[in-house]
Amino acid sequence: MIFRQPPFAMATYIVRRLLWMIVLLLVISFLTFLIFSKLPSADPVSLRAGRNATPELRASIRHTFGLDKPFFEQYRIYLAKLVPFDTHKGFKPPDFGYSYQNNVNVKAQILDRLPATAGLALGGVVVWLLIGIPVGIISAIRRGKLSDRIAMGGALVAISAPVYWLGLVMQYLFSSDIGKVHIFKGSGSYPNTGSLFTDPFHVAPTLFLPWLVLATAFAAIYARFLRGNLLEVMAEDYIRTARAKGLRERTVIFRHGVRSAITPIVTILGLDLGILLGGAILTESVFNIPGIGRLAFDSIQKSDLPTVQGTVIMGAFFIIALNLIVDIVYAFLDPRVRY
Amino acid sequence: MALLEVEDLKVHFHTDDGIVKAVDGVSYRVDRGQALGIVGESGSGKSVSSLSVMGLTRFFKSARISGSVKFDGKELLTASDEEMRRIRGNEIAMIFQDPLSSLHPFYRIGKQLVEAIQSHRDVSRAQALDRAVEMLGLVGIPEPRRRVDSYPHEFSGGMRQRVMIAMALANDPKLLIADEPTTALDVTVQAQILDLIQRLQSELDTAIVMITHDLGVVAEVTDDIAVMYAGEIVEHASKDTIFASPEHPYTWGLLRSIPRLDLPRGEELVPIPGRPPSLITLPGGCSFHPRCPYVREAHRKKHPELDSVSADSEHVVRCLLASDTRRRLWRELQDGKAPAEARDVVGIDAEEVAP
Repeated sequence: MIFRQPPFAMATYIVRRLLWMIVLLLVISFLTFLIFSKLPSADPVSLRAGRNATPELRASIRHTFGLDKPFFEQYRIYLAKLVPFDTHKGFKPPDFGYSYQNNVNVKAQILDRLPATAGLALGGVVVWLLIGIPVGIISAIRRGKLSDRIAMGGALVAISAPVYWLGLVMQYLFSSDIGKVHIFKGSGSYPNTGSLFTDPFHVAPTLFLPWLVLATAFAAIYARFLRGNLLEVMAEDYIRTARAKGLRERTVIFRHGVRSAITPIVTILGLDLGILLGGAILTESVFNIPGIGRLAFDSIQKSDLPTVQGTVIMGAFFIIALNLIVDIVYAFLDPRVRY
Repeated sequence: MALLEVEDLKVHFHTDDGIVKAVDGVSYRVDRGQALGIVGESGSGKSVSSLSVMGLTRFFKSARISGSVKFDGKELLTASDEEMRRIRGNEIAMIFQDPLSSLHPFYRIGKQLVEAIQSHRDVSRAQALDRAVEMLGLVGIPEPRRRVDSYPHEFSGGMRQRVMIAMALANDPKLLIADEPTTALDVTVQAQILDLIQRLQSELDTAIVMITHDLGVVAEVTDDIAVMYAGEIVEHASKDTIFASPEHPYTWGLLRSIPRLDLPRGEELVPIPGRPPSLITLPGGCSFHPRCPYVREAHRKKHPELDSVSADSEHVVRCLLASDTRRRLWRELQDGKAPAEARDVVGIDAEEVAP
């Protein structure tokens, strides 16, 4: 008997997950809308109109923003613009509305900020994988030895150090403008505002410090996770079989041990990357990177509902989408997974 | 010359709770093409002793190994890691209890066999794959050319164990160690796997060490049987002798706890009372005394040696009872008496200790 899944199982699964994604995004948009309408941190009209505004001006602003309409009517109007489908025109680009603060198109604003956040997040991922994976493997292989103890002690410190503190310390010590020791040429307290994706050779050096700060805690978490996984895997029966076959110990560890132990890393990596693409508020703030995290933070402070909505939906989209990608990739990594 | 000669093998694990004497002075030999069965409960040291022959106990940091394991005249315990690696899977191969967890879940079985072949033979991938297909056919896997691309979870339990056997025999080992190879399988499949092992043994002339808790399993396959208890061999003889005239009370217990066709119908199976002893704090005297129905005061103090039952016999037993007493007890047990009755009929001397 061969147990194989039916054809198109994967396609059906993906379609089902995409439908779920739409439902989730709708729920999230409604919840955000509800929270900011019913529990406002400040009245957006007052913020926009200024201190000495006349009642007429306030009423006119309220009308322009649509805030004088009932709650559900407001949400319906917002949703009609957001949903990229129209009974008359068919598909249309989604519209996130305009900022209360400065009347800028929210989508344009997010797209403008996205490269900075993506460059920070992707570079950070590379750095923490480059550190976390080797440290985790070496620690597991040399369990209990001095190198393992030092690595795991260091990991604990790295996890415990808050990003805002670590960021400031790193700037104080190493940034090329205000730091004491200039080992990262060009990496200052204000990273280059250019895009990593259009001008990588110029921009990448300016991001070394932010990458390192962002990656520190993640590298530590991944190293500990991988170490634990690998120790568990090395006690498996199939590792004993691999040794009984007479494989070289290096092959046993890497091809049989690490291959199994590293697979679950894909799951948490997808989640973490999704979260970071929605904005790394702390790192962006400490290093003055104009990313989505900063945008979200500023707009929350100013009760700028359309921008808040936009950043929340973008963040949710990245998390859900990367989760789906992770689950699909997993099927290729672990042949036992079926849909 | 013996193919495998184990002399006074000791494997002690130094743990936080104390020293676990998993194997405590085991000696046996296996000749070319011969099959030895090692029988015992879990925790008797039967698996650990064979893992040591494979050099796999080296990977446990807490293990202290002493004694001598000679394979083909070469001492294995002092061999370097690289020398042992060359022997493992090449001259000595091993199959395990649970074939599902013993195969890597992420790799196609063809790849897992090719890997085993290529780590000892300087052959191309294609040649190794041909050999893998040949071996899978030999162990009775239908359409082996196609099945090399399957993953372990796509096979049934019996087929997986056939894959394990194919992998173990791919490099023509001189010795195959089978550690409970049928325990995780259905009863009907068990018989097929045992038949397969037996057939391959005669075809390929491989020596076998078969480790099991099931005397029924060794009855089919092996020539000799060694019974282990608490890290020691307590009885060792040819298969026929073990089944016809066993002399150790523990062996009697094992035999009476398996169903047999040559006994009257309706005969009850009798479990051995009690549990195997802790290997950290072994009972003094004879290790089996807390569970032995024939125990005498002296047995709690004196540890028995493994002695021949008679001057020129290959049958050895580790028991303090006199050989004559043991034979009479076994006769009474075979007549259907309970151990207590047999003891009273035979009348063991209160302080009886074999000379």
